[in-house]
Amino acid sequence: MSVAVEKIGLYPRFRRLALPRTLISGAIIIGVSLLIAFFPALFAPYDPIAFDYKALLKGPTLAHPFGTDSFGRDVLSRVIHAYTIDMQIAVFATVGPFIFGTIVGAYVGYAGGLAEAIFGRVVDAVITFPFLVLVIAIVSVLGPGLGNMYVAVGIVGWVFYARLVAAEVKVQKRLDYADAGRVMGYTPMRIVFRHLLPNAITPAIVYWMTDMALAILLGSSLGYLGLGAQPPAAEWGVQIADGKNFMSTAWWISVFPGIAIVITGLGFSLLGDGLAQLMRVRR
Amino acid sequence: MSAGIGTGLGLTVRGLTTLFDTPRGMALAVADVDLDVGPGEMVGLVGESGSGKSVTLRSIMGLIQTPGHVTGKVEWGGRDLVAMPAEELRRIRGSEIAMIFQEPMTALNPVLPVGLQLEENLVAHTRLNARERRARALELMNIVGIPAAERRLNEYPHQFSGGMRQRAMIAIALACSPKLLLADEPTTALDVTIQDQILKLLLDLRDRLAMSVVLVTHDLGVIAGTCDRMAVMYAGRIVEMGTVIDVFRQPRHPYTRGLLGSVPRAGAVRTMLSSIEGTPPGLTDLPAGCAFHPRCSFATDICRQERPPLQSLGADRKVACFHHDRVAAAEAIL
Repeated sequence: MSVAVEKIGLYPRFRRLALPRTLISGAIIIGVSLLIAFFPALFAPYDPIAFDYKALLKGPTLAHPFGTDSFGRDVLSRVIHAYTIDMQIAVFATVGPFIFGTIVGAYVGYAGGLAEAIFGRVVDAVITFPFLVLVIAIVSVLGPGLGNMYVAVGIVGWVFYARLVAAEVKVQKRLDYADAGRVMGYTPMRIVFRHLLPNAITPAIVYWMTDMALAILLGSSLGYLGLGAQPPAAEWGVQIADGKNFMSTAWWISVFPGIAIVITGLGFSLLGDGLAQLMRVRR
Repeated sequence: MSAGIGTGLGLTVRGLTTLFDTPRGMALAVADVDLDVGPGEMVGLVGESGSGKSVTLRSIMGLIQTPGHVTGKVEWGGRDLVAMPAEELRRIRGSEIAMIFQEPMTALNPVLPVGLQLEENLVAHTRLNARERRARALELMNIVGIPAAERRLNEYPHQFSGGMRQRAMIAIALACSPKLLLADEPTTALDVTIQDQILKLLLDLRDRLAMSVVLVTHDLGVIAGTCDRMAVMYAGRIVEMGTVIDVFRQPRHPYTRGLLGSVPRAGAVRTMLSSIEGTPPGLTDLPAGCAFHPRCSFATDICRQERPPLQSLGADRKVACFHHDRVAAAEAIL
C-alpha cells in the first residue's frame, strides 16, 4: 500500500524532469552553433578571407577537410566564420519583430474595436504579398547590406507575432483574472502587460524559434542574391553564390554551407517544437 | 436597518438597468433595480441562474462591456459610479470597493506568484515602498488565515487549494481596506466545509473592518447564515426584499416561496422537496405582465396583463406581486 502511494508521489516529479527529446536535441544543436558563432577563431583552422593561390579549387583533403574555393580560401573556415553572421541574422532579424509585434498585438487584442479593424487590414496587406518578394523589394529600395536587411525583415515580420499575441490576449482578457484586475482598479496598461501578456506570449515564443530558422534561410537567400551580407564576408548564402559557377567541378564550395544552413535551421525548428510540446504539457 | 440615502454612507442603487444588444434582440438582464446597502451591512442577492444577480453586481462595479449598456444610478459616497469618468472609477475600484469572484481558480493569474498579485493592488492604490508592501501582504495573509504566509507569498495559485485560493483572493480584495465588498458567489465552487470557513471569514472581516458586503448566491442556506437583509431576483428584477428573518418566516412572493420550498431542512419531517415547475424565461422575450406568471400557481388574469410594481409593505419590506396577501396566508412551507 505504502509502496503504491510512494510511486504515485514520485511519478509526476519524474515526469517533470523528462524534457521532450526534440527540445534537448534542438538545444544541443543551437548551443553548439552559438558557441561556434561567438568563438569562430577557436574552431577555424585558417583565416576565412586569406587567399591561397597555391591551393585553388582543391577538393576535400586532410589539410582542407571541406576543400578550398576559387580564391583558395578554406571552405571549412569560411563555414565556421559564417556562423557569426548567420546566427546574428537569426537573432537580429527576429528580436525586433518579436518585441514590437508582441506590444502591438497585446494592445490590439486588448483594445479591440477600431484598432483591431485597422490591424486586420494591415495583416491582410502583408500576408497577400509573398514574404520574400516584399523583403527583396524593401531591400532594393534601401540598398543591400545586413543593416537594411534587418529593417526590411522587421517591417514585414512583426505582423505574424502581433497576430499570435492579439489572438491570445483576446482570449485572456475575457477570463476572470482580467476582470479581477479591472475590479482592483489597475490601469489597462498594467492589466495588459503585467497580467495578460505573461499568459499570452507562449505561442509567440514558440513561433520565434521557428522564425529564426526562417530568418537564416532568408538571410542566406538574400546573401545569395547579393542583397544581404556582402562579399568577401563569410556568409552561407554568399558562399553558395560563390560556388554556383563551379557546381559541376567543385561541388564542395556550395554544398558544405548548404548543410550548415540545414543543420542550424533544423536546430531552431526542433527547439521551437520542443518548447511547444513543453508548454502544452504544462497547461 | 435603513440605508443612508444621500448621507454619503453606503451604497445606493436606483433604477439600475442593464441591456445587452444581442442578435436575437435586446436582452434585459437587469431591470430597474433599487438596492441600499448600509455601512457594515451584509445584503444577500439570491435567484436562479440567469436571474441577473451577477450582472447586477458587475453593473455596479462598471464591468459591463459592449454590447452591454448600463443606465441608472449607483451612488457611492455621494458620487455616481455609472456616470463617473473611467479614471475616477479606476481609483475607487480596489481601494474603496472590492470584488471577489466565484472561481478562485480563474480569478487569480496562473503565472504570477500570489504575493506579487497581492502587492499589485498596493502598487495601484498606495505609495507604500517594496518593504512596506511586503509587510502589508504578510499581514493580509494572516488576516485571511493563510498559514506559513512567508513561504506562501512566493507560491503560485496552482500550489494553493481551492479554499486557500479564495482566501488569497479575499486578501487581494482587502489590500486597501475597502468599505464595500461585492462577493459574486464566493463559495459556490468550494466544498461545504470550506464554504463554511470562508463565510465565517467574511462575517468576521465585516465586523472587524466595518465593511459592507453584497453577497450574490443561489444558496439560501448561505443567505440565512450570514446576511442581514436579502433581495430575491427573478428575470432581472427584484421581486421581494426584506430582512432575512422576515422573508424566511413569511415569503410574500410565490417565487420566494418556491425557492424556500425547494430547500431540504434538517430537523423537519422528510417529505418530497417541492420544485418550481418550468424554467426561467429567456431575457430577450419576457412574458407579458408578471415575468413569473407562467410558473406561478397563484397567477390570475391581472398577472398576465400587468406587471406588478415593487410595493413597500412597511419598513424595509418590499414585494412585487398582486397576490402577496394570498401567498403570505398560504399554508406554511417551512
